[in-house]
Amino acid sequence: MTAPAVARLSSAVREEPVACDGLHAEYDDNYQFSIPDADIEESGLSEDEFETLAADHEPYVTNWAYWNEDRADADDAFLRWLEAADETTVPERYESLRAGMSRSWGELRIEVRLDDGARRYEIRHSDDVGEDGLEPHDEPLDARSLVTYDDDGRYRPLKTAPSLPHGWVFADQTGRECVETVEYIYPATVANWYLERQGELDIDHWEPTIGRQSGIYGVVQTWNRGDSHEHVNWVAEACCDDSQCVKRREWQYDEETDLDVPGGDGEFPCREPCSLVIAAARKWTRLEGEQEQAYEFTLTPSEKEQVEEIIDAVADGRADEIREADTSDPANRYRARYLRAKRFDEDGNLSGTATESSE
Amino acid sequence: MQALVVVAHGSHLNPDSSTPTYRHADTVRETGVFDEVATAFWKEEPSFREVLRTLNSEEVYVVPLFISEGYFTEQVIPRELRLAEFDVDQWDSDGTSASSTTLRATDVDKTVHYCGPAGTHDAMTDVIVRRAESVTGDDEVGEGFGLAVVGHGTERNENSAKAIRYHADRIRESGRFDEDIPEDMGLTDDYRTGWDTPTEVDGVNIWYAGAVGTEPLMADVLLERARDAGAAVGTAVEEVREQTRAGAD
Repeated sequence: MTAPAVARLSSAVREEPVACDGLHAEYDDNYQFSIPDADIEESGLSEDEFETLAADHEPYVTNWAYWNEDRADADDAFLRWLEAADETTVPERYESLRAGMSRSWGELRIEVRLDDGARRYEIRHSDDVGEDGLEPHDEPLDARSLVTYDDDGRYRPLKTAPSLPHGWVFADQTGRECVETVEYIYPATVANWYLERQGELDIDHWEPTIGRQSGIYGVVQTWNRGDSHEHVNWVAEACCDDSQCVKRREWQYDEETDLDVPGGDGEFPCREPCSLVIAAARKWTRLEGEQEQAYEFTLTPSEKEQVEEIIDAVADGRADEIREADTSDPANRYRARYLRAKRFDEDGNLSGTATESSE
Repeated sequence: MQALVVVAHGSHLNPDSSTPTYRHADTVRETGVFDEVATAFWKEEPSFREVLRTLNSEEVYVVPLFISEGYFTEQVIPRELRLAEFDVDQWDSDGTSASSTTLRATDVDKTVHYCGPAGTHDAMTDVIVRRAESVTGDDEVGEGFGLAVVGHGTERNENSAKAIRYHADRIRESGRFDEDIPEDMGLTDDYRTGWDTPTEVDGVNIWYAGAVGTEPLMADVLLERARDAGAAVGTAVEEVREQTRAGAD
């Protein structure tokens, strides 16, 4: 592996000086080669001397050769982040890479390792680390259909919902294939993460985002009321919490007004309310146009708490996990059916109280 | 480098909505004439909003996989792609003749060739005919057959129906199919119970072709849209036409 990389280096420095992760080399009638971290600084070298010295420091040379490959800036930044390239020296990094270095990206665990001197990448669900018998894949495009449904076969309209299915692995990819696979699983996350690192992420807050909506979504603009942004806090809490989306919400109410709920701890940013948020907001805009009114219900204290627990169970996606015979759980199906049998009238009204007042 | 971006509606509820878009994009990708082939959706990801930044190409051909010119092609897509300079007059269209306009997107350093929808391209007529061939399994289908093109249409935009009539007129003028189509064939007594086709009703054989957008030849329309806008596509159009033929291996 070394010889071609050394030959490429000596040819490259004849074109222009090379500087990569602590390696400096240039050519001006004769060669210069320096690695300050290793106290090496040689000049006046012949081509043979240069190549011998370069071959003695193989990791620096193969490292340069890898990062000198033609890739997009964002892809390079992502791949360098995977191996903490800006935080470690080349020899330290190569030592770690031989054992494998891992990072999390949403629900993914991505490992990079050195295999015969070449970087190879592996992607799997982070819950599947250490699992054998995963379904192997090579083609990045395979990822697109792998993530359409969750483990229960339900459609995932939001690619960054924390419902990534398990059981597959892309075990042996190049850097480019790795980024491509990640982009099929979590579209545009690498691009936006890179823009954010460059300080160039274009965030569209709630106010301008709903301001540009038209057609059936234009109605959401009518939901904003004066200075209050409480309703948008509720939207973000409902849809953008880490339990619902692995992106980190960076959009706020507007440029001046931050929302009061956490944006989450995701590795990559969310730069504007997505289409699911807008579609849900359209529904809430209509529902919130209704006037509040007082209802009177008769419930035991346990029944009141049961209603609250049922709402919690649905909101937290826990309803399917409640065991059939676990009647100690207030959201248990038998408990809910009993409550319905006891408290609903024949028209489905809680406590027999009509939704619309008859007056 | 040149990229093709196929933009389509997608769905929050129906996982199969994007399938034809993916399939046609894959067909184009396999020809290798574009350095990158991407899809973007109004309701799925990547969104129209964020697709351009995922590309490395400087030249981008955006083809809407929509049937007609109107709200999506004239308002939503250019707005969401940040084609700030877009004006529908740049297409100089009579409602079915939009070709392409070249613009810059405000968030990326790229040249964007924004094409008219796939549905109004002349090659779409061939897709409808191909659809008839593929459902009947007959490359020569025509004589003794009537062909009805059924579209959505909307009172809010006359272009919606125009696109359907445009292709129906072209097929009619070709003289390939008979024009005698009974108005009410009564495929089923109760639509809720479904119906099976092909079937025979009152001595007439009926095929129901399903959505024309699922026909593999749609990939050719995407290619031709991009080619008309200046993309270098080599012999890909001919290859895709042959490859997607009914009964082709």
